[in-house]
Amino acid sequence: MKLLIVGCGRVGSAIASRMAADGHDVSVIDDDPEALARLPEDWPGRFVQGHALDLDVLIDAGIETADACVVATDGDNTNIVIAQVAQKRFHCPCVVTRILDPARAAFYSSLGLQTVCATSAAIETTTQAICATPGRAA
Amino acid sequence: MYILIAGGGKVGSNLAFTLLKMGHEVTLLDNDRSRYAALEARFEHVARYGDATELFVLERAGVERSDLVVAVTGDDEDNIIVCQVAKEKYGVAKCIARVNDPRNQPHFDMVGINLTVSATATILALIEHELPAHELVTLLDLRRENLEIVEFAIDQDSPAAGRMVRDLNMPGKSRLISVSRAGRAEIAIGETELRPGDLVMAILEPGSEEDLKRVLMPAAI
Repeated sequence: MKLLIVGCGRVGSAIASRMAADGHDVSVIDDDPEALARLPEDWPGRFVQGHALDLDVLIDAGIETADACVVATDGDNTNIVIAQVAQKRFHCPCVVTRILDPARAAFYSSLGLQTVCATSAAIETTTQAICATPGRAA
Repeated sequence: MYILIAGGGKVGSNLAFTLLKMGHEVTLLDNDRSRYAALEARFEHVARYGDATELFVLERAGVERSDLVVAVTGDDEDNIIVCQVAKEKYGVAKCIARVNDPRNQPHFDMVGINLTVSATATILALIEHELPAHELVTLLDLRRENLEIVEFAIDQDSPAAGRMVRDLNMPGKSRLISVSRAGRAEIAIGETELRPGDLVMAILEPGSEEDLKRVLMPAAI
């Protein structure tokens, strides 16, 4: 499978490393050249330095032939725009977008984006952990 | 009208000032603390602190009852999100966005934000207009109507020089509007003869520029 990952931070680099280790063809975009250091030393895939709102950068990184695209830069709004470009302009069959703000994640998922919201997951898990303990009264 | 402005820089604050003077109700949003302090000192309750891409900030600023949302921050992604959310989630009828980097224009178009303003693109168009060249110069981009008005000069080598408008083999998706000669403009009619030195205006559908050039401009060397 051909995978494009936009944003090589904690999330992007970890997904890239895992998918490459599983034998997938992975290409990564980040505007910071230092971000390459987050990938394994024997990184088998591609690393394209540039801003993913730049169509030439996306094309260079292989958006036109990618089977899936993960958008995980550190900016929610940047991610939302890039994800829509990948989906609407390049018709990428699977686009997963990280959005930290639960409200925007919910709205854009209603517009048809596949969103992942770590904040919602953290709220859910934390609340469940608290509710699962009987507290001092028991 | 109730107008919501996102971004209180030079553009946003001057817009707010002018619109208030015209008698409109305005809210000006900015999420930079020090800039907000200055805006609050100048505009009092009209200025509000907050990130206009946060839905609750928009809601508290009354996005649902606004007649117009204007996104003029220095960040194109933010401007896109503000307009897209205002239109699609809150049903705001009109949204205007500032395009900071002209390369981002296609992204605004893609999500259906058709009222955009780009200082760079405007200045470029002016430069083209002021510098004579063998090129079509776009005078007006009627994005919503999918039409544009262009201007060009007829020069000595133009295949159209010395011919009447009705004899030109104009491409189907274009019409000549006017011919201006020695500072006087006339509506182009069938009998209008084109002469070297004329400035001609035409209206066309985007995409038919090359066909029009073939009729009016000398073949490229």
